[in-house]
Amino acid sequence: MAPSGLSVSLDNVSVRFATGVLALHETTLSIGAGEFVSLLGPSGCGKSTVLRLLSGLESASSGSVHAPALDGAGANTDTAFVFQEPTLMPWASVFDNVWLPLRLAGQSRASVAPMVTAILMQVGLAEFHDAFPSELSGGMKMRASIARALVTSPRLLLMDEPFAALDEVTRMRLGADLLHWWAERRMSTIFVTHSIFEAAFLSQRVFVMSARPGHIVHEMHIDEPSPRDPAFRLTSRYQAVCRELSAKLEHAQ
Amino acid sequence: MSRRLLPAATLLGLLCLWELVVRGAQLPAYTLPAPSLVAKTLWNNFPSLAASWWFTLKITVGALTLACTGGVLIAAAFALFPTLEVALLPVAVILQVTPIVAIAPLILIYVDSTTAALLLCAWIVAFFPILANTLVGLRAADRNLTDLFRLYRATSTQRLRLLLTPTALPYFLAGLKIAGGLSLIGSVTAEMVAGAAGRQTGLASRILEASFRTETPKMFAALSLLVFTGVIIFLLSNALSRRLLGRWHASEQY
Repeated sequence: MAPSGLSVSLDNVSVRFATGVLALHETTLSIGAGEFVSLLGPSGCGKSTVLRLLSGLESASSGSVHAPALDGAGANTDTAFVFQEPTLMPWASVFDNVWLPLRLAGQSRASVAPMVTAILMQVGLAEFHDAFPSELSGGMKMRASIARALVTSPRLLLMDEPFAALDEVTRMRLGADLLHWWAERRMSTIFVTHSIFEAAFLSQRVFVMSARPGHIVHEMHIDEPSPRDPAFRLTSRYQAVCRELSAKLEHAQ
Repeated sequence: MSRRLLPAATLLGLLCLWELVVRGAQLPAYTLPAPSLVAKTLWNNFPSLAASWWFTLKITVGALTLACTGGVLIAAAFALFPTLEVALLPVAVILQVTPIVAIAPLILIYVDSTTAALLLCAWIVAFFPILANTLVGLRAADRNLTDLFRLYRATSTQRLRLLLTPTALPYFLAGLKIAGGLSLIGSVTAEMVAGAAGRQTGLASRILEASFRTETPKMFAALSLLVFTGVIIFLLSNALSRRLLGRWHASEQY
């Protein structure tokens, strides 16, 4: 059994960049253990800043952040990050890319081989473990990137518009797969997106954000059992959720 | 196949043309010797030319090795301590822009050993492209990958070994291709300036010596060895680049 998810929170947090731009304004949000939450909003609304705060890549100008990445030293295996670009090392094979987080934690290639192989099989890249990133399609690169995030069995998974650069078909398939991987592990997942449909399909809870300065304008629970079947997309319930999110998003701008 | 055949055929064609022109116009050997005569001269003088060749080769390879080590170490120091770069880059630029023929006489005065002076001259010419390229490469690490290494709390050694070195490698190899040719140019130029001052002499001194005696075929023979050396250095650095980058870097995937 994988370790359970972690709860994280922002308490009245503001972030002002060195350029003077107020990226995030007095934002409060908390994510429960094992929850799947989306941050939905236009570009420049501070969605990515929230993820960077929770991963410790950015620090708050005021307010407080509660996240595992900020505590303690030594190797980090609790928090994983998936970027919009696959962000693979072009000089390393798929296997070596997925090995990276464990390698940085001091684990040898031989000792992680079974784990890496298992995760590659799960994301559908079993035959590609010796391939180089340049030999993979966009969707496969993103699968490798997600495999790298999952290999440490993280308790918090942060995803920054990971499917934004993919085609519609690949995006829907990866979305369904992601829910499946999440259901098996129940790591707390925060998914940043600007797609209403993606947020509505994937999340248990959606925060709608607005720009200039970035802040949360609306919070919406989607009380539909999770993980969801792709058929959920065809229900009137899904359409109602999309309509409401769309209205809130419009209102926010 | 035609990638190799075509350049070889072109070269052979040019040599034949050269031979025909010399024979047709009955040019005297002291003006322009035919390739066949150059080859014969090379064969007859090979023992003495080979000794000079070996000398030039030592200087060139030595300077290139020092340029690689020096260039990479200085680039690493600049990348680690930006203040150092601000302070020292002007010096590197001055060394780079000053024509080596102009400072070689000075270096020959200040440095006792001719060999060391020649090495220094060739090094000055060759190290800058390695320094400049490696420096760019060390700063070219992908932003997100850098964040990822931070997130996983990579140590600075891990960052250097697993992120910065592979990122900088293609840049370094591009610098090496330039520096390879430059180290040969540097060592020949410096030796031209040094003249026959040293007890040991390289190919450049042999060219000068032959020119004083109007032994044009011998000049060409020595020159052909220099060309051969340059081509070998070029091919070796290309092969190294292909071997190290072939599978993943766009520059080697044509």
